[in-house]
Amino acid sequence: MKHLAEYRDAETARRLAAEISRIVTRPWAIMEVCGGQTHSIIRHGIDQLLPPEIELIHGPGCPVCVTPLETIDKALAIARRPETILCSFGDMLRVPGSHEDLLAVKAAGGDVRVVYSPLDAVKLARSNPNRQVVFLAIGFETTAPANALAVKLAAQAGLGNFSLLVSQVLVPPAIRAIMHSPGSRVNAFLAAGHVCSVMGTWQYAPLAQEFRVPIVVTGLEPLDLLEGIRRTVEQLEAGRHDLENAYPRVVTERGNEPAQAVIAEVFAPVDRAWRGIGVIPASGWRLADAYAEFDAERRFDLGGIRAVESPRCRSGDVLTGTLKPSQCPAFGRECTPRTPLGATMVSSEGACAAYYNAGRT
Amino acid sequence: MDHGLPPDFSGFTCPAPLRDRPQIVMGHGGGGALTRDLVEHVFLAAFGNPVLDRLGDSSVLDLGPRLAGGGRLAFSTDSYVVRPLVFPGGSIGELAVNGTVNDLAMSGAEPLHLSAAFILEEGLAIAELAGLVARMAAAAKQAGVTIVTGDTKVVERSRGDGLTITTAGVGVVPPGVDLGPQQIRSGDAVILSGTLADHGMAIMSVREGLGFEAAIASDTAPLHGLVAALLVACPQVRLLRDPTRGGVAASLNEIAVAAGCGIEIDERAIPVSPVVASACEILGLDPLQVANEGKLLAVVPAESAQAALAAMRSHEHGHQATLLGRIVAEHPGVVAVRTAIGGSRIIPLPLGEQLPRIC
Repeated sequence: MKHLAEYRDAETARRLAAEISRIVTRPWAIMEVCGGQTHSIIRHGIDQLLPPEIELIHGPGCPVCVTPLETIDKALAIARRPETILCSFGDMLRVPGSHEDLLAVKAAGGDVRVVYSPLDAVKLARSNPNRQVVFLAIGFETTAPANALAVKLAAQAGLGNFSLLVSQVLVPPAIRAIMHSPGSRVNAFLAAGHVCSVMGTWQYAPLAQEFRVPIVVTGLEPLDLLEGIRRTVEQLEAGRHDLENAYPRVVTERGNEPAQAVIAEVFAPVDRAWRGIGVIPASGWRLADAYAEFDAERRFDLGGIRAVESPRCRSGDVLTGTLKPSQCPAFGRECTPRTPLGATMVSSEGACAAYYNAGRT
Repeated sequence: MDHGLPPDFSGFTCPAPLRDRPQIVMGHGGGGALTRDLVEHVFLAAFGNPVLDRLGDSSVLDLGPRLAGGGRLAFSTDSYVVRPLVFPGGSIGELAVNGTVNDLAMSGAEPLHLSAAFILEEGLAIAELAGLVARMAAAAKQAGVTIVTGDTKVVERSRGDGLTITTAGVGVVPPGVDLGPQQIRSGDAVILSGTLADHGMAIMSVREGLGFEAAIASDTAPLHGLVAALLVACPQVRLLRDPTRGGVAASLNEIAVAAGCGIEIDERAIPVSPVVASACEILGLDPLQVANEGKLLAVVPAESAQAALAAMRSHEHGHQATLLGRIVAEHPGVVAVRTAIGGSRIIPLPLGEQLPRIC
């Protein structure tokens, strides 16, 4: 509980913001990679404390937002089958597929359940031996260890009725893709603290050197973010481009090695499609060959599913930082959290929903 | 077979010993002896009073003396569905009484009488039902209301959620009390009677087995006593709301729209108990959007705010009352919050069900 007060102190926040104003001399565009950072920035109004020279660009790190439409459609198809129980994290239920969302399938009789951990889905498989239990395994490196562990436990228990529909994605290839995109204006990155708590920071130092951008690992609390921004600006103004860890109470250089070991055992790298962005090479994980029998895409016939995005949704431009949510012509008009055109308007970590719900125009 | 004479059922008794069943069977809804048994042994045993005991098709209430001199009748109804039926801090029984009592109290009324209609699912243990009804009777006694009419239906197994209760209530608004959004003025103070989100998080933690069960209890409580104390200390109260479903976020948005005003609240003033705050953080829920069952929002003139706070804080259901924010002329229909670190954001009307975030 202490964290809630300790890292939200108004006086310290003002002091950090004043220090940033003092050292900044020219415009800088800083991308926060993680949707949790975006949510916190808008929720606490952190951007409103910053000098006008600092522009925060909201990155592609919302797992709900970047899960491809095709994966959502596959989840919907699985959930419609009478013999299945589809388990998901809560905020995936509202994400629109091509024609409907999981809440609609649930209302029509599909067995769709919100779980708080993939291990709960394994328990469901154990207690429902005559049903197929499928867990919608989306997310960045943060969700991967528990998803991998769930598969490992299911394999150990010989559960033939448990499987994952996998859409795991990775941060470093996304940073690389953003820096290679022609329209990129990003001068520096705030790397996602919780991803680094699993993977460590060692993957990021080479990126900082290759693209000559400062990368600072931050937590999600207001003071974590402000301190991260301060250190980023300090580097930018000094012409440095180093990796810094501004979240040492949680993140180490090597990360959580037992978690990395279970990931390495259960998953293997794969090219992944990112919703709104496209395919990024080696940007995700699939189930490793030894665990392929737990892949829902193999277990169920989902081959015919191809999805087409709404042409009016410009979430790809939002996710790569070339368009502010409020600059999208559909924002707040035909696209609202109630009638989202794309996933960035659905999840509370999506930049569009964060803007809309906080009244930013 | 001879079809000449109608069958003679005189002297017929059902061979099945249904009357001794420990569970609700379809026959308990049939209107016959089983229904009568249920009413007598479960409902009258708990709720019995001279009006209900007559078991008429309707109950006749003499409110004349209370309405004399300009008192007005308040009338409200609500249905209660909750899973599990018993949770830390209460049960569907307390909710069914306190919820309707509070709806009446929010118009400034003294709640007097309730109706109670039960939809029972086949298979519900009668002992469990009796336990819930006893809790309901205790809540009614605590709230000072009588249950004066009722109904029972039975639905087939798996076609009900165990037990659904609908209560309606009548109360009397004293002469001179006229609460409503039309009374609200720019500059008025917005007061909250205590900590947020206790009920919703108690239900969620026990339902999902999150492990906070021991630490979080529902705040279900009757609030008309608190309202009466507030009205004595501050007769100019503009409006009262109990922030149940949709939480304080929904209630404040409704107030702002109905009154055509803006509302500004201070994030640092939002009272949330430490364990509830942690539970909300872990699940990615906003305590402003989580349900309460024993809290009220009061809009009062700024000059009466301290008197209102003092009166609420000396009442058992308002001792953590706090000044949450104020009514403003700017941004009509919009609720804004000043964040703890000095930023600001809008509090939107919650969309639908609260869904936990992925990370």
